[in-house]
Formats: sequence, structure tokens, C-alpha cells
Amino acid sequence: MSSLRRAFKSLDPDLVFNYMEEYLEAGFFKLTPFFIAITISLLAIRLTYVFLRSSKPFVDPPERVSTMIVLGSGGHTAEMLSIVNVLNKERFSPRFYVAATTDNMSLQKAQVLEQSLAHEGKGSSEAAQFLQIYRSREVGQSYITSIGTSLIAMMHALWLTLKIRPQVIICNGPGTCIPLCVAAFMFKVAGLRWSSIFYIESIARVRKLSLSGLLLYKLRLTDQFVVQWPQLQRKYPRSQYVGRIM
Amino acid sequence: MESKESKKMVFVTVGTTSFDALVRAVDSPQVRDELSSKGYTHLLIQMGRGSYFPSKFSGEDGSLAVDYFTFSPSIADHLKSASLIISHAGSGSIFETLRLGKPLIVVVNEDLMDNHQSELAEELADRKHLFCANPQTLHQIISNMNLDSLVPYPPGDSVPVAKLINRFFGFPDD
Repeated sequence: MSSLRRAFKSLDPDLVFNYMEEYLEAGFFKLTPFFIAITISLLAIRLTYVFLRSSKPFVDPPERVSTMIVLGSGGHTAEMLSIVNVLNKERFSPRFYVAATTDNMSLQKAQVLEQSLAHEGKGSSEAAQFLQIYRSREVGQSYITSIGTSLIAMMHALWLTLKIRPQVIICNGPGTCIPLCVAAFMFKVAGLRWSSIFYIESIARVRKLSLSGLLLYKLRLTDQFVVQWPQLQRKYPRSQYVGRIM
Repeated sequence: MESKESKKMVFVTVGTTSFDALVRAVDSPQVRDELSSKGYTHLLIQMGRGSYFPSKFSGEDGSLAVDYFTFSPSIADHLKSASLIISHAGSGSIFETLRLGKPLIVVVNEDLMDNHQSELAEELADRKHLFCANPQTLHQIISNMNLDSLVPYPPGDSVPVAKLINRFFGFPDD
């Protein structure tokens, strides 16, 4: 290592060249573990940074944030739209609504909400987009075929997240939001886009988290994790309780 | 129009899927007699995708009039005109009914694989906002229920969640 220091200190091109030649002669195979070790340590450092910085509030408020709103279905969609209804439409803009391809009601309801907002002059038609995503697993689908469909869903989620590059993701389950949150987290680690992920557990979950909620909580993929019952908050101390939304 | 004034309807809803066990339960003579003796005159069943069709009764002989349909674009009107609602455990119809301040019996579907829905119904029953039953106990719940014991449900508020998100980004509260 002292030869390297000397080479760079003197800034003598010949010395630097000699050193590099020596280094390359050591052979690719000898260097591979070294590069792997470096890559793993860099990834570990980056992951630690992402985990530590996530869930920390912003110091400089952004002017506006592009927002991805993941609509579950039925009751999930109703809860989500009641939150969207009270968000400031100028700050949370543009808004991208995402629902499963099999769920044709949720996007319609979101469109109705956006139209009424445009009518009140609180939003514009360009501020909202409506997108569909493949579902990982349908109700009753076998676990073997769901491996394939989960992969497709994951690829689709990566594509959508890359296209939208949301600064905020708001979701409340069920499964549709998992590939999107994973994709957003991967882009966060890769440094392509910093997304803040908010998960609001459904009011139907009183004593236990849903599978989606549990996954996101345990993997620490969310910035803020909200539950709607105090007994659930006591069970999951990193979650927050600010009352019921329904 | 005395008959119209004294009309007391029970509305049964199974939601977007099917819940034959519930339709079968409300179609049983036990439950119909119990409802009749409590002063209800009409029973309207939204049966969804179920394969069990209840029997229709005109109610001309003074018994409980029974009618059914599969789906309707708006269940809200039926909820509004009903005096008692018997519903599946989906959170959508539970909160829609509670917001209207109508008496509600939630029947939990025990055939569902992931039966988390009973959690919500049981919690709200503990807080006396509704009655909770299963298809087998429905007639007992109806016979024992005291509508005066129900406590009105205080509506939820999504503003605190919006504030939490605002605070995270450093946005001022609106």
C-alpha cells in the first residue's frame, strides 16, 4: 500500500502506471473477493443510511411532492379516499392512483373524487392519473402459480415506480402495495429516487396486523406506520395511533 | 295509508360476494318468526352471488313479507329506509350503517379462510355500537337484542392522519 501512496503523492505518471500494472497482474481471480467485499460493504453502508434516514421528518419542506396513492379495494379504498380528501391538493401533486387490474371499482371512485375536486377548483384534471397494476395473487390462487404471477407483479411494480418516481407513497393494503413499496425501497437504496412511504393499517385490524402490514413493519420499509386502534399500537411500538379515520 | 306508516323493514346485505349461510339463516322460520314478533313487517335480502334463493312472501296474511335481489348500484337507499340492518362483516357496510345511526347486527362468515373480519365486529360489539352474531346464533341475538342498549358510533376523522403526513414533510397544517 505504501507504493500506492508514494505513487499518488509524487503524482509521477510512471509510478502510478507501474503500480496499476502490478495490481492488474495480480489477476482477476485474486481481486474478485476484494471487489465483492467492497460492494457488500458499500451496500451495507447505504442500507444503514437509508434505514436511518427513513422515518426522519424533512428539514427543508419541499414545495410539492408527487404522490402515489395505492387503492386496495372495497373498505381499503374507502379509507384511503377519505385521507386523500383532506390532503392539501396543491402540495400533494401530481397524484397517481394505482389499483389492481382486477379491481374496476376503486379507480372509478378515485375519478369521482378528483372530478368533484376539480369542480370545487381544488385540483385540476392534469394533477391526477389513474393506473392499474397486476396483482401478485388472486383470492384462491394456488401458491405454485402465484410465484410466477408475483414475479410479473414485481416487474410491473418496478416499471410503474420507475415511470412515476413518486416522492410519497400512501397505502393501506392489501397485497397490491407490497411490490410497489419494495420497488420504491430498491430505488431509494440505489439512489434513483427518495420516496417516503406511509402505511395506514385498515380499521378492520383491531388485534393483529394484516399480512401486508406485518411485512412492511418487520422489513422496516415504511417511513411512518399508522394503526387505528390503541391496543394495536401497544403491540407494535414503532407504529403510531392518531385515532380512527372511519 | 296506515300500512305504509307502520312498515318496518329489515334489510339484509351480503356485500359483493356470496354468503349463503346468512341468506339461509334469515330465510329460516325461526328467524322470520322472531323478526315478526319484534314488530318487523318486511324483510329485504341482498343475496349477492349466492346460489341459495330464499322464498318470497307477499305478507298479505299479516306475516313477514320477504323479497330479495342480487345486486343494486346503490345500497344506501335500502339502508336509509330500513329499521334494522343485518349485514356481513365487511367494514364498508358496517361503517355506512353506523354513520346512518341504524341498529345493526353483523353476521360473521366463519367459512372465510382469513377471518380477520370478526375482529372489527367483535370490537364494535364490545363497545355496544352493534350486535355480533354468526348464522347459527342469529335467531337468539334477535330475540335477546335490546335496541336501547346500543351506543351511537362517533364518526372517525382522517384529518389527524393528514396532519401526520404534513408534519413529516414540514408542511404547515391547513
